[in-house]
Order: sequence, then C-alpha cells, then structure tokens
Amino acid sequence: MATRPATDPPVPRVAPARDGGPPLTAPGALAAAASSSLLRYVLRRILWGAFILLIVTALTFVIFYAFPSADPAALRAGRSATPQLIAEIRQSLGLDKPLYVQYWRFLKGLVLHFDLGYSYQNQTSVRSELFARLPATISLTAGAFVVWMLVAIPVGIVSAVRRRSLVDRAVMGGALVAISAPVYWLGLLALFLFSNDIGVVPLLPGAGSYTPFTVDPWRWFTSLLLPWFVLAAAFAAFYARMVRGNVLEVLGEDYIRTARAKGLPERDVVFRHALRSALTPIVTIAGLDIGILLGGAILTETVFNIPGVGRYAYDSIVNADLPAIQGTVLFGAVFIVTANIVVDVLYAFLDPRVRY
Amino acid sequence: MALLEIEDLRVRFDTRDGVVKAVDGVSLTLDRGRTLGIVGESGSGKSVTALTVMGLTRLPNATVEGRVLLDGVDLLRLPGDDLRRIRGKRVAIVFQDPLSSLHPLYRVGKQIVEAIQAHEDISERAARARALEALREVGIPSPEDRLASYPHELSGGMRQRVMIAMALVLDPEILIADEPTTALDVTVQAQVLELIAELQREHGTAVVLITHDLGVIAETADEVDVMYAGRIVERGSLRSVLDGPEHPYTWGLLQSLPGATRGRRLHPIAGSPPSLIAVPAGCPFHPRCPYAFSPCSEVVPPLVESEPGHANACHLPAATKREIGLGLRTGRAAA
Repeated sequence: MATRPATDPPVPRVAPARDGGPPLTAPGALAAAASSSLLRYVLRRILWGAFILLIVTALTFVIFYAFPSADPAALRAGRSATPQLIAEIRQSLGLDKPLYVQYWRFLKGLVLHFDLGYSYQNQTSVRSELFARLPATISLTAGAFVVWMLVAIPVGIVSAVRRRSLVDRAVMGGALVAISAPVYWLGLLALFLFSNDIGVVPLLPGAGSYTPFTVDPWRWFTSLLLPWFVLAAAFAAFYARMVRGNVLEVLGEDYIRTARAKGLPERDVVFRHALRSALTPIVTIAGLDIGILLGGAILTETVFNIPGVGRYAYDSIVNADLPAIQGTVLFGAVFIVTANIVVDVLYAFLDPRVRY
Repeated sequence: MALLEIEDLRVRFDTRDGVVKAVDGVSLTLDRGRTLGIVGESGSGKSVTALTVMGLTRLPNATVEGRVLLDGVDLLRLPGDDLRRIRGKRVAIVFQDPLSSLHPLYRVGKQIVEAIQAHEDISERAARARALEALREVGIPSPEDRLASYPHELSGGMRQRVMIAMALVLDPEILIADEPTTALDVTVQAQVLELIAELQREHGTAVVLITHDLGVIAETADEVDVMYAGRIVERGSLRSVLDGPEHPYTWGLLQSLPGATRGRRLHPIAGSPPSLIAVPAGCPFHPRCPYAFSPCSEVVPPLVESEPGHANACHLPAATKREIGLGLRTGRAAA
C-alpha cells in the first residue's frame, strides 16, 4: 500500500550546542556512560512500545467484542443457526462473562502463548495461519524494498544534482504518475501486460503463482517480480522525490560550501557529504514503511493472490472472521511498533547529535 | 607582481525578483604576507567577492566578469578541476558560522584529514598526525581527544579554531577570513583574531579579512578597502583610512563605532543599504549621505587617488573631505 504511515517519522531531538568548552570527562568514561544511557533509552522505548500494544489490544477487543454491531457468537454459529446454538456457543466461548473477564482471558492467552484464538471460518489457529503466511509477506516486502531503494536513490540524486534539467523534469513527472497510480490498477495493468496467462506479452508468472523460496527459488523469484515492481512503484517515486528534496536542501548547507572550499572533488561533495546527511532521515522513514508492509501489503497481495498476511487480512474481512481480523491487526501493530523502536535506535547511531 | 589581483570584478545573480548586482566593478590587490581588510555592511558585496575568488559563485544563475589573478593565473577562467586543486591548497577560507560550516555528522579529525587528502596523496595515519599538529597549533586543548569530537560537542570558539586549523593545515598562500568572529562571543573574538594574526606571522600567509566591524580591521589590517553596494568607495593604508577618512560612508562607519568615539553619542548611519537589484543612480550612497549635492544622484564617482595609496569615490571637493576627515580624527583624539 502506498499510503503514508499515520505515525509521524521520529523527529530527532537535537542536543543544543554546549558552549562550555570541551567535555571534562575522559573519553573512555564518556563512551561507557553513553552506552549505558543508550541501553536505558532502548529499554524505555521497548516499554513504551509494549504499552502501545496493550492499548491496541484493548481497542481491537472493544471494537470486535463489545460493540453490538457484531455478535461474535452469532458470527461463529453461522447463517442458519438456532438461538439455542448461539446461546451454547456464547457460553462455551465465555462470551456471557463480564467484559473485563473476557479481556483478561484474551490478554492472558495472548501474552503467555501468543494465542490469537481460532478462526470462525475453519477453526484453524490464527497464530499458525499468520506465521504460515509471513514468509510470503516478508518476501514481497524485502524484494519491493530493494527495488524501490535501488531506483529511488540514484534517481533522486541525479534529479537533485541536475535540477531543472530535462532529466529532472521527466523523472519527477513520472514519479508523480507512479505515486498517483493505485496499486490495484497498476497491478492489473502489469498482469494484463506481462503475465503468462492473460498478458499481452507473456513474460512472467501471473496472479496466484507464488511459490515458496524453499520449494523452488527460481520460481519464487520470477513469481514475485511483477508484485515487487508494482508494490515498489509508488514507494520508488515517493522516495525519489524525498531523496531529491533532501539532497537539494543539504546541498545548500554551509558545510557543503566548506567541503567545496576544501578542494574536495564534486563527487565526494555529493556522495560523501551531501548524501550522508540526506539519507539519514530516509533510513528512518524506510524502517517505518517496512514495518507497515510486514503487517501485510493488502492490495498487492490481493491483486496477485499471494498467500501472505495481507491476503489473509482481506479474506478475514470479507468473511467477518473476527479472531483472524484481530490477529492481523495485532500482528501489524507489533511490526509497526518494533519498526519504530528499531528506527529510533538506528537514528541515534546515525546522528551523533541525537540525545537519548 | 601582487599575489592576488582582482580586476574589475562584476558578479550578478539572476533571481526571481530581478538581477542582483552583488559586485559591481571591484579591483584590488593583495601582496604576500599582507593583511587586507574589507569593510562594509551586509549586502555590500564583500562576501561575494571572497566566494568568487574561491570559485564558489560558479552557479547556474550567476554571471561573473573581470579577472581574478593568483600569481598571474586567472582563476575565473580555470577549468573546474584545476580550480579544485587551488581551493584549500593555495587559497583557503574561514566562514562566519563555524557550527553550520562543519559537517555535523563527521568527526572533526576526519574533516581535517579529508582536507589534507583532497590535495596530498598521503596515508590516513600521516594525515591524522598533521591534523593533530594543526589542532595543537591553533591552541585547542587536548587535541588528541578533539580529533574524535563532533562539531556540536565543541564550544563556538573551539569550532572556529577547528575551521582555522582546517584552513591552514595545507599552509595556503592566502587565507580569506569571512566575518570570522561575528558568530562568536565577544570574549572569544579577540582571541580568534589574535590567533589568525599570529599564524599569519609564522607562516607568512596573506590574509583577506572581511568584516562589518572597523574595530576588527583596526587591530590587524595593513590595507583597507571600504565597500558599499558592490563597489569600493575608499581604499588606503590602515593609517590613512583611520586617520584621514575621505568618504562619507567611512565617516559614518567610524562614527558608529563605539570605541572610536568614546564618551560621545554614537551616530549610526541613517537608512539601510540599498537593494542590489535597484541600486540608486549616481553614487549608490547618496540617498543616505548627509553631504550629497547635485552631481551625486546622477554621476557615479570614480575611485580616484587623493594622495599616493589613498583613494576615494566621492564628488565632494578634496578640501572638504580632508577637513571633515581630519575633524573626525581630532574628535577621536580628544576623546
């Protein structure tokens, strides 16, 4: 999905310049203090992440089990259920107990066994379903990430360095198109053009051809090529614009003028000085996007019929399969929260000014 | 032959608002080992002149005319790669704000090492040893540790010392110091100026000291160029300009200087510098000049010598200028 994360990218807290001369502590002691404070920072972030996940569980629980719009027992019982059957199910699932008891049981199972309950659809464990689908989603995300970064970084740099040139205008115009094209449209277009069943130019395996890497690496690769490019298109465009903007901004900095004044070759000025600053914020945003995609690239997985987490989420929604929906939501939340933590810690390493 | 000779330099920038005539016919010379002070308000073209010498105004929207001769070689016509070999190696520059001028994500040592390795094919180890020596020379305490510091970990004065160390590490013939003390605490400013003067004596470097502060110039410069609206309006030896200033703008600068008129009211120059997009016709200073008369708004006054080595660009009769200029000096002497 090409939507932006709802969470803002982390704004690094930049330590104000101290004007009191060099630090008085010895460098060794300083490093030790820094690493222990980093550890505290990471722990604090993890605790905070756990708290957020707790809230997510509470919210999903309330939405799915407490609102009268969906009666879990009725859903579970199926279409032609007698009131008696529904009552029985209600009792066996503990849905007649007070809400806080239900939530407590749900939370206990979740924390102790990562128990996400059983699908209403086919009585399978939601947890096992999700883990079985995770490799497909990881494959899709990782490949798309590689594609979009390999496209976005060079394109962004060239566009920035050759600002207002024909290349810049053409590429940025194309980027706008790619950002605007919805995945379900682009995906179908790709299938109609290149898939080996319905395509005009039958080049690559089409929808429903996903093969696990462990079964056949080559088929895994070819079957994912189209989804990778389709999923990467909007991201590549968005990131290219971001790289371009960041590089342009950094090229106007005083320290770039210093780098030139030192007599550095323009190549080093751009690749060592400008890029180092321009890519740092992009790393953090990329981390968040990966986290979001690992929670399931719903549209891409659905268009290409890839049995991933996103496809599972889609099917669960279509079938009003509450435990499965709840499971995918929580699963996604875990990835996003984790990505946030990873990104914040990474940023502390990438930018020495970040104080934690 | 002078070390650096600038002849009729003109720098224009095409902007959305119009053409900015940042430098409009500047000529100056700098001899080996000497210090040239360039004084003027912001927007007088002094920094653009300096940046142009370094080839840092080679921008798509800039037009540069004239000649900048370093040992007779015109830097303006040098191909980019040859110019690169001169930047930092023969002509170095120290900027106003050391915090924004140092890369925030690289350690100080690495930034100096990089400057050395841009010009000399030496090992990282040897370059670090020289970087260390340079830091020691600019008086940074425990320089070994500071090599591993990031710019934000240093104080303002220390950062500027790092910039100076970086500029002088390759022993350039010319050091351009563009408002090197403006961003620093007052207490540190004198130290930094002192340091530049001291290093200059030891290395025989020629210095171009750019400032808006005549007080800074009075400490260190041999010659002075006063710039206004992209032109030089007065030039001469430090003594002749301070003791017998001839241009009304210089008078204004002197009267707005706290130290020069101790015990008297400060007289700031009325008005503000002109837009360089629409420079006033005639003498660009005439709208702010209390002595302006008929030709000033029509004829651009040329820079003419009043005595050997002292020139001004003003229509006032020579006798009037001398009288007012000397009056300023006696005023200062009385105070």
